[in-house]
Amino acid sequence: MSTTTNTQKPVKELEAATVRFCGDSGDGMQLAGTQLTNTSALIGNDVATFPDFPAEIRAPRGTRAGVSGFQIRFASREIFTPGDSVDALVAMNPAALVTNISDLVDGGILIVNKDSFIEKEFKLAAIDANPLEDGSLSGYQLFEIEMTRLTRLAVEDTGLTGRDADRCRNFFAMGLVFWLYNRPLDPTLRFIESKFSSKPDVAEANRKALHAGYNYGETTEAFHSHFRVDKATLEPGRYRNMMGNQALAWGLVTAAKQSGCNLFYGTYPITPASDILHELSRHKSFGVRTFQAEDEIAAIAATIGASYTGAMAVTASSGPGIALKGEAMGLAVMTELPLIVVNVQRGGPSTGLPTKTEQADLFQAIFGRNGECPMPVIAASSPADCFDTAIEAWRIATQFMVPVMLLTDGYIANGSEPWRIPKVEDLPKFTVKYAQPPQNGDEFQAYSRDEYLARPWAIPGTPDLMHRIGGLEKQHITGNVSYDPENHQKMTDIRAQKVANVAQTIPAQEVNGVEKGKLLILSWGGTFGSCNTATNRLLEQGASVAHAHLRYLFPFPPNLGELLNRYEKVLVPELNMGQLRALIRSEFLIDAVGFNKVQGKPFAVSELVEKAENLLAN
Amino acid sequence: MSSDTSLPVLKPTDFASDQDVRWCPGCGDYSILAQMKKVLPTIGVPRENTVFVSGIGCSSRFPYYMNTYGIHSIHGRAPAVATGVKCARPDLFVWVITGDGDALSIGGNHLMHAIRRNLDINIVLFNNQIYGLTKGQYSPTSPLGKVTKSTPFGSVDNPVYPISVAIGCEATFVARSIDVHIKHLGNTLKRAAEHKGTAFVEVYQNCNVFNDGAFSYATERDTKADTVIEIEHGKPLIFGKNRDRGIRLNGMDPEVVELGKGISEDDLLFHDEKSPEPSLAYLLSRMRYPEFPDPIGVFRAVERPVYDERMDNQIAETIEKRGEGDLEKLFNSGDTWEVEAPV
Repeated sequence: MSTTTNTQKPVKELEAATVRFCGDSGDGMQLAGTQLTNTSALIGNDVATFPDFPAEIRAPRGTRAGVSGFQIRFASREIFTPGDSVDALVAMNPAALVTNISDLVDGGILIVNKDSFIEKEFKLAAIDANPLEDGSLSGYQLFEIEMTRLTRLAVEDTGLTGRDADRCRNFFAMGLVFWLYNRPLDPTLRFIESKFSSKPDVAEANRKALHAGYNYGETTEAFHSHFRVDKATLEPGRYRNMMGNQALAWGLVTAAKQSGCNLFYGTYPITPASDILHELSRHKSFGVRTFQAEDEIAAIAATIGASYTGAMAVTASSGPGIALKGEAMGLAVMTELPLIVVNVQRGGPSTGLPTKTEQADLFQAIFGRNGECPMPVIAASSPADCFDTAIEAWRIATQFMVPVMLLTDGYIANGSEPWRIPKVEDLPKFTVKYAQPPQNGDEFQAYSRDEYLARPWAIPGTPDLMHRIGGLEKQHITGNVSYDPENHQKMTDIRAQKVANVAQTIPAQEVNGVEKGKLLILSWGGTFGSCNTATNRLLEQGASVAHAHLRYLFPFPPNLGELLNRYEKVLVPELNMGQLRALIRSEFLIDAVGFNKVQGKPFAVSELVEKAENLLAN
Repeated sequence: MSSDTSLPVLKPTDFASDQDVRWCPGCGDYSILAQMKKVLPTIGVPRENTVFVSGIGCSSRFPYYMNTYGIHSIHGRAPAVATGVKCARPDLFVWVITGDGDALSIGGNHLMHAIRRNLDINIVLFNNQIYGLTKGQYSPTSPLGKVTKSTPFGSVDNPVYPISVAIGCEATFVARSIDVHIKHLGNTLKRAAEHKGTAFVEVYQNCNVFNDGAFSYATERDTKADTVIEIEHGKPLIFGKNRDRGIRLNGMDPEVVELGKGISEDDLLFHDEKSPEPSLAYLLSRMRYPEFPDPIGVFRAVERPVYDERMDNQIAETIEKRGEGDLEKLFNSGDTWEVEAPV
């Protein structure tokens, strides 16, 4: 990290900074954000990210619909969210500016590509006047930079011209932001080296653009000072940056290894879950079998077939795909086979908002199948937590012989944070036991039960355990088809009790904050970061508040009812219209208050604090 | 599938489960079940390595009656379930039992993709041209105009032909037999079992309750010689009680001709099940009663790479090249950094 940290201009110390790159969806904003994230993580900051992009691969150029953004917060202390507002905004075109400016703090740094503020672009962005000239930006530190011209100049001798040269503009913008926040260029230079190894001219151009941006900050008069954000005091250990979907995939690989099963992953491409497939398909050396099925139903059906043969069977999708898998989940419940069904939630209903986050599939997860069809449901709380939650899902699935629903969402799936690399010997280990042939001449009973009510996992290839299973109701113990009314009641009760028994094997719910008091904030899934940060802020103010974040949604932790009763009020913030709240109200008869929105965005910490303060005041 | 001769020789009854068979008396399914139980001991795969997978429908009760492993899954999805079984465990001997509604209506998509992937599985489609389990609605193979419970004025729906569909899906093995033609059925199932890749077998099966006699032209003693033609690899297409009629190609089209009168066997169409292109097999699949005799036998049997084997090989090759996956190495790959304990 040598080349670029010698700087002549004054450096101001910051505790944290939030930067957002935004531009056209073809402008490489996701790449810019990712590089800034990785670099910040590498130099020891805590980071949290929020990529936000349109559903269209290339929405009409220059329009508001086509704006793609990537927000990153880096800090010298532990952080849980990418920030409510932005300290520095880089806008590559007018559409990006007008759709993002409201998130920039008063007096914040605004860097725009001046070359794109022309009549044609105003029309595309549907604005009447040049915002750089109408005074509307006077409350910010505005830096108008001719990024297009300067980038073209910088890459001139590489032979790249016109559109090819303009593709390097994101590296210019990156270079400038790297200078502004005193970040080293080496990690990005290494990235360019490997990413563009087959196109040396493009690699060279990107390098030049990156340096040009950096040097622009250092040498021109425009910027008088820049900033430094020191290392965060995280728990000691080795770290890497992790995105949620990647963490989930690694958790699955780990669970397979730790349980002694081969991983079979059957899936159908869908936003925002596809990256799990991309990641898993790379890990053939772990014996991972990835099957890109013809549709969502085939994906889970194949997964059930694989589970029957003893594999660690996993399927993943997002809401619309989960809807299609409903009937097959019923088959897995009936056949009592271990399975993980991952739902990376997105905005619904129907096709909804494919690239935006939401947590409105909780009811679907718990209730969305025909018949009395209980499945344990757990949810990951952050990108890195996807790793642990995946392992836990497989622990439950195999211990109880049951399909498990694992919920994540687009926000944590695409978001990233530092992950403390675990020691392999510290990872949970649970060797799966397949049924062995009966020793004393007894007949094998496919639906006999252990102490948790789990049935034996008898896999093909084992002599004397031949048995047939299916979706028809099973006779207790034997597993033969049964239409007996009493038996159906009994089996329904057993399936329910079995899932209820999961609660005996999960940790008691803990809180952050006061053990007893005025207000409990109860949340689940990807809202952890916002809710936790809001709670900490309230606690600093001395409020009588606590935060409980649920990983286990069905069944609930056994102490939850008692815990809820220790607080005068319970606030349930959710990115849906009140699904956990409804469950809490019906299960515990508690008058929980909701804070709900479905706008495709995570909660701002400030709005949660405000809501909590209102409740605390009344 | 490889056979292990050290195992005790099994009898058909060894393949019978302890469950009462509950098809209607006189159903064609009984015959298919009997032939399956007869054929399996001759293949030599242990019962515990055999898995029957089915969907929903009368035929799909089949796995319950076999003393092997089995999954009675959900409507139409048997090929997908079998795909998971076979991919996760390529060592298993996998059968899919399905019907015309299960395979071609609700499960059409899965049938298509299982066949084109060429998994090493066997698919037996019991075609009775009716929905039996739901008590008599027309199916995707019911003929146009068919009067059923759901089509009291006759069906206005064009049928599909299973063999043509399978060939269109790039099937490597396609055959047809008839429930009551037991010797032929047994041989056909055996050929399917021995084929490496997806073997697709259509069986004309009589539903004596809801569609009795749909194939009587092909099963009645006095008509079957003229309405069915047994196709055999390398042999001319000859049929008829007196084996005096044949199929000849007239340009691109088949035609029925009388042998003698200047037409000899050499003028007839010779069957070639190994033809790399499926054109001949497809042409045969379009021949049907009453214009033509219905062909039975193996339409197509070619060798192509097998999906589950390729999947397995890719894993084996990767492990050979890179070594077995190591979590520690994975976790620490790429950019990492150390946070030290504060001093």
